[in-house]
Amino acid sequence: MLRIVNGKVYDPANGIDGQVREICIDESGRIAQNVTGGRTIDATGMIVFPGGVDVHTHVAGGAINFARAMTPEDHRRTQAFIRTKTRRSGLGGMAPTTFATGYLYAGMGWTTVNEAAVPVLSARHTHEELTDIPIVDKASLTLMANNEIVLDLLENGEYERAKHAVAWYVWAAKSYGIKAVNPGGVAAWKWGHDAKQLTSPIAGYNNITPGTIVTQLARICEELNLPHPIHLHCNNLGAPGNIATTIDTLKHLEGRRAHIAHSQYHAYGGDGWESMCSRTSELADYFNSHPQLTTDAGAVLFGDTVTITADGPWQHLLYKLTGRKWGNLDVENETGCGIVPYTYRPSNLVNAVQWAAGLELLLLIKDPWQVFLSTDHPNGGCFWRYPEIIKLLMCADFRRECLTQLPARIKKHITLPEIDREYTLYEVATAMSAGPARALGLTRKGNLGVGCDGDVVIYHDTDDVEQMFGHPRYVIKGGEIVIEEGEIRETPEGREFLARPSYDPATDEFMKPLFEECYTMSFENYPVELERIERAEIMECSSE
Amino acid sequence: MNIAAATESPPVTFRLRRPPTVPLEAETLTPDVIERLSNAEIRSLIVYHGKRQLPLSEFFDVEGERSDRLELHGDLNKVRWIGRAMSHGSITVHGRVGMHLGAYMRGGEIEVHGDAGDWVGAEMKHGFIRVRGNAGGQVGAAYRGSLAGMKNGLIIIDGTAGLEVGMRMRRGTIVIGGRAKDFVGLQMKGGTIVLLEGAEIRAGAWMNRGTIISLQPIQLMPTFAFAAAYNPMFMHILSRHLQPHGIALPCAASEGSFQLFSGDLAVPGKGELFVWEGQSPAI
Repeated sequence: MLRIVNGKVYDPANGIDGQVREICIDESGRIAQNVTGGRTIDATGMIVFPGGVDVHTHVAGGAINFARAMTPEDHRRTQAFIRTKTRRSGLGGMAPTTFATGYLYAGMGWTTVNEAAVPVLSARHTHEELTDIPIVDKASLTLMANNEIVLDLLENGEYERAKHAVAWYVWAAKSYGIKAVNPGGVAAWKWGHDAKQLTSPIAGYNNITPGTIVTQLARICEELNLPHPIHLHCNNLGAPGNIATTIDTLKHLEGRRAHIAHSQYHAYGGDGWESMCSRTSELADYFNSHPQLTTDAGAVLFGDTVTITADGPWQHLLYKLTGRKWGNLDVENETGCGIVPYTYRPSNLVNAVQWAAGLELLLLIKDPWQVFLSTDHPNGGCFWRYPEIIKLLMCADFRRECLTQLPARIKKHITLPEIDREYTLYEVATAMSAGPARALGLTRKGNLGVGCDGDVVIYHDTDDVEQMFGHPRYVIKGGEIVIEEGEIRETPEGREFLARPSYDPATDEFMKPLFEECYTMSFENYPVELERIERAEIMECSSE
Repeated sequence: MNIAAATESPPVTFRLRRPPTVPLEAETLTPDVIERLSNAEIRSLIVYHGKRQLPLSEFFDVEGERSDRLELHGDLNKVRWIGRAMSHGSITVHGRVGMHLGAYMRGGEIEVHGDAGDWVGAEMKHGFIRVRGNAGGQVGAAYRGSLAGMKNGLIIIDGTAGLEVGMRMRRGTIVIGGRAKDFVGLQMKGGTIVLLEGAEIRAGAWMNRGTIISLQPIQLMPTFAFAAAYNPMFMHILSRHLQPHGIALPCAASEGSFQLFSGDLAVPGKGELFVWEGQSPAI
């Protein structure tokens, strides 16, 4: 039991904007009206936030593990976590190890993370790693937009059966929702092509186009009543002039709800690397007029990182551009994956445009309930650098100072210098916690109302924003104080959120022969057993 | 090169008392650390004997203090990381020395009267290392995963060297007096490797840029193309640069010429590989 008194509370889910309130957490770890006994934290001179929620990150599974293996040079220079009584050992850096991931997220006040790209084939591995990430609660999304069984069904116009197959897959992977990456493009990549036009048929198919996949999957997510709408990584990521593709994709949603992942990478104008410019104002306008859409920034920070994505063709291009290391994974009939270590440099015009575009989206989309803090970890930068982004959002002067470090010719390519908006603490709390929790459909997260999870972070109220958000005074997870005075005190295990959509029981018999025809593993070993998920919390989704 | 004349104060000498049973990680054995410490402080420096932390005096008798000149005596082939990241001063070793000698070195000089292990001068930025005996593999190389190996400085190995000499090096010079093993200049990005006695197979594989000079015939990969036979001007300058160390390169057209091959065309790279072809004596 815990009582937090005298702190200025920022709880956007309940409209509380800096008023001094008392927050109580009962012995079940939920926020309560009142408690008797237990510890009292005097939060005088401090601010109280709901624990952070990362809507889009890559922290577990085959791809990030490949990235870890590919970057031993980073392990030599990075922060090492030495084993203590309460803490396991590990490494931070560009692709932190499992235990370190939990410590680093909790260390800056984040208590829930969503692993955004899991092929069904490596779901078991992903869950094993998610189990090993301490403190934070987790969810994961299944990759669906290049799954050949689903694409074949859509090709043949068997929509209903495709819907059941998708539901079957979500439960087989024990995931929380659906991720679409470069719809059709990764399937085409296996033929040596990509899919850049929403209306052109995909290589290997006659009828379906990326546009059909987007429309049908969005509809499937809606009809399956999944807590999180389709989580969409648009076609043509990272390419100059891709704003047209992005807007076209959004139109193909036909008014349905959707979460657009890392939209910074999808908001470029120009027709080549020299003329590439930010067209974020166009994209922001679309979001401003379509409140059913949410997005995360996918902001870029300068420095070393490693890019990992299921978007195999893009990663091959990036490898060709940089001449650095390249890893490629082919995930049988489901998806692909590419890994390329990368350095974002302020002196590089393209990188500078990307840096500005991420911030522009966060500042130009007016409603903080629609745009969330993310770096698409580790693609745009590592998650443990979020406090730097918060500082850039809250201090226009600091932004201007950073702009002076960029090449002078950048001014024609970006709109950031014209933006004066500064985030308030209330808006920061929305973009880092309340907003992403709502978009994910996690009703007990990002909310300090009675009955919600007792995930609370308490910061010193100081002017040094980066210091303040980088070093919380207390982090409380499920009512337990996990961080106090910069030290990890407790490392409770987090839960995992699963969605169970309903599907026709005959789907098993339909899938089995298809599966045995083309997969390298046996059908019985494919779905992840529920017993394998530790501390699962299942959300039943009724289809009507 | 007379290292002893570099400074006035007497050197700090380390004599190995007992050979370590497992590798001893002694990155504190650098002038940057030793020059600030009294004799007692030097003795109590921590070294890692396997996973155990022990004071330096467990393994070494130490004489002298507060000097940027270090003298080491004994069979140190299990002592690793000597001179790690040193920026100035000198280290002289009388005996064999273990892996990672002078890794990440930024300046100063190291001289070994004996053999050295793998990774001599790995990822060094500046400075001079001379090994009078043989060296292991990965001389001046990049550590696994790193983009660049040595970035400047000079390494001279009088004897033979192991695999992957100068792997991914970016600048600087490596001279191997004896024969080097496979993959000299693997994925090299710049700098110069001089092979006085040639090398085994696959020299220059994946090289992007940089120069490999062999004074003996070597087996070339098929992805190196013959470009010219001539006596390049820079050979005089390089020869003069190496002359204080007792190394002379043939330059005169009367003695012969260099055959230049460019590659590795598989990358495709712009590296150059020179092979000396001496004039057969006039009949």
